[in-house]
Amino acid sequence: MDFMVFQYPMITVQACLDGILLGILFALIAYGMALQWGVMNIINIAQGDLVILGGYIAYFMYLYGIHPAWGVIVSPIIMYFVGVGIYKLVINKVVDRDLFISILATFGISILFMQLMNFAFGADVVLANSGYGTTFLFDSAVVLPNSKIFSAFVSIVFAIGLVIYMKKSKLGRAIRATAQNARAAKILGVDTEKVYAATFGLNAALCGVAGALISITFTIHPYMGLPYTIRSFMIVIVAGLGNLPGVAMSGMGLGVFEEFADYILGTEFRIGSVFLLLVLILVYRRFKLSRKREYLK
Amino acid sequence: MNKNVLLYSAILIFGLAAPFVFPAFKVQLSILCVLIVLAITWNIQGGEMGYNTFGNILFYGLGMYLCASVQVGMFFPLAEWTESGGEKTFVHTPTQFFQGMAAGLVVAAIVPTIVAGLIGYAILGLRGHYFAICTLGLGVAAGEISGGIEIIGAGQGFTTPPFPNVGGLEARGEFFYFLSFGALVLTFIAVRAIYSTRFRLILNAIRDNEDKAEAMGIETMKYKIIGWMVSAFFCGLAGGIMGGLVGYIDSTDVAFDGREMGVFMVLMAILGGKGTLWGPIIGATVFHIFKEGFWTFFLGWQYVALGVLIVVIVIYFPEGIMGWLREKYPERFGEVVDEADRKAQVELK
Repeated sequence: MDFMVFQYPMITVQACLDGILLGILFALIAYGMALQWGVMNIINIAQGDLVILGGYIAYFMYLYGIHPAWGVIVSPIIMYFVGVGIYKLVINKVVDRDLFISILATFGISILFMQLMNFAFGADVVLANSGYGTTFLFDSAVVLPNSKIFSAFVSIVFAIGLVIYMKKSKLGRAIRATAQNARAAKILGVDTEKVYAATFGLNAALCGVAGALISITFTIHPYMGLPYTIRSFMIVIVAGLGNLPGVAMSGMGLGVFEEFADYILGTEFRIGSVFLLLVLILVYRRFKLSRKREYLK
Repeated sequence: MNKNVLLYSAILIFGLAAPFVFPAFKVQLSILCVLIVLAITWNIQGGEMGYNTFGNILFYGLGMYLCASVQVGMFFPLAEWTESGGEKTFVHTPTQFFQGMAAGLVVAAIVPTIVAGLIGYAILGLRGHYFAICTLGLGVAAGEISGGIEIIGAGQGFTTPPFPNVGGLEARGEFFYFLSFGALVLTFIAVRAIYSTRFRLILNAIRDNEDKAEAMGIETMKYKIIGWMVSAFFCGLAGGIMGGLVGYIDSTDVAFDGREMGVFMVLMAILGGKGTLWGPIIGATVFHIFKEGFWTFFLGWQYVALGVLIVVIVIYFPEGIMGWLREKYPERFGEVVDEADRKAQVELK
C-alpha cells in the first residue's frame, strides 16, 4: 500500500481533478444506459463495447491524418446506425421478454463485438494523440492534459444538448411518453417500434461520443468494454433512473473513487476495485431496503 | 423403473469403458465430464431456483486455486514454487502427488461451500437482473484481484504439480478421466437424490413466486443459501479437477474465466433445457461436441461463433432441447394430453 496520498496533499488535488474529469465521461455513458433502461427495460452488457467501437472510429480517423477530435462528430453518426442495426437484428426480439434473456443476448453481442474488434483492429492498446498539450496548475504540482478538459467539456455539451432534445423535439417527447407507458403511447399513435430503435441508436451514438473522447484522453483496447458497462450500471443504480443531476454526481464520485483506488491500492487492483464496489453498493442497498421488507426492482 | 436401471447401467458401462474405447479422446472426455458437472450445478441455481447467476465461476476458480495451492503447499513452500514458475526444483513423489490431490480436492469443495454460505445472505437478497449483474461483478472482481496476489502467481500464472511418472504414458489421462467421471457420478447421484425430495419443490416455488413462497411459511433465504452451497460444492470440486487437468492456472484466462467457462455453464444449461435433470447433461454434451468442432475448424473465429451462438440460442431456443422434446412428445414426460385440445392448439398456431 502506498500512503503518498496522505504525505503529499497535491496528489489528492490531482486525483480529485482527474477523477471529476473522468467521471463526467462515465456519466455520459451512464446517461445512455439510463435512457435505454428506462425506455426499453433492457440492460445492455454490450454498452462498453459500443464505447470501444466508437473509440476505434476516432482512432482510425487519426491514423488517416484527420484530427481525432472530429471523431466526436463522425463517431456518433456511424454508431447511431450500428445501434439501430443491433436493435433490428437482436434487441427487438428480446425487448418484451424476461430480463435475463436480454442480459444474456447482449452478453453474446458483447463477446461478438469484442472478438470482431480484436480481429479488425488488433489486440494492441492504442491511443489517438490529440496534441492538445497540458495545463500546469499550482507550480506544476498538478498536471492536467488539455485533452481531458476538452473531453469533459464536450461531454457536458452533448449531455445538455440531449436533454434539450428530449424536452423539445417530437421524437424526444415520443421517447419520454413510451418510457412512461408504452401501451398508452401506442394507443395515442406513437410508433413504439420506431421509438425503441431510435432510443437504442441514440444510446449507441452517446457511446460513440464517449468512445471518441476516451480514445483521445485514455487508451482503448478491444477487451476493455466490460468495465465501462459495469461503471455505467453502477452509476445508474446509485442515481436512480431518470435522475440526471444524480447521474452526473455519482459519475464524478465514481471517477474520484477510482483515482484514489489507483493511488492507494495500485493500478493492478483498479478494475477489481470497481467491480467490488458494484457488489458492495448492491449489497448495501439490499440491506437498506430489506429493513422495509422490500427488494431492488 | 426397470428401464431406468438399464439406462443408468448402460451409461455407467459406457463411461467406464470410454477411455479404453476412445484412447485418443481421453482429455476431451474428461473436460466433458467437468462441463456436465458445471452445467448441472448452474441448473440448480438458474434452472430450479430461478436465480440466474454469472458468478458460479467464482467457486470454480476458487476451487482450482485452492486445490493446486494445497497440493503444493502441503510439501513445499508455496511462494517459492510460484516464483520459480513451475521449474523442476521441487518434484512431487507419487505418494505426495496423490495425497496432495486428495486433500486439495476436499479443500476445493469445502471452502467454496463455506464462502457461498457466508456471502449468500448478502447476495441472494438481490433479485432478477440485480442478482445477475452483481454475480457477474463478483466473478470479474475475483479474477482481477487474484491476478494481483503474488503468492498464487499473480499475472504470470500458477503451474500445477506435474503428474508423477507412474504407470506409463497413458496413466495421466486415465487418472484424470476417472477422477472427473467419478465427480460427475457423485454430482449426478447427489443432485438426483436432492431433486426427489421436497427441497426441489421449495426451489421451484422460489422460482415461480418468491413472495408467495415466503407467505406460505417457507424460509426462502435458508433454502436459497443451501441451494447455492450445494452448487458451490460441486463447482469447487470441478474446478479443482480442471486445474490439475489443464496443468496451468491463470487468473483471468483459466480460473475466473467469466468470458468462457462462466458463459459456457449458462449456455449449456439453457441449450439442454433449464429446470430438468437431464437437460444440462444433454446440453453440455451437444455443446462440447459443437464447440470442439468449431474450435478445430474455425480456429481464431471461435469467440465470434460463441457470440453468435449465444444470441441465436437465447433468442430462438430459450426452452432448450428438453423443452422442445417436452412440447413435441408430452406423453413421454408423463403429461396427460387431450388429443382434441392439442389439435385445436396446433390449428390456432
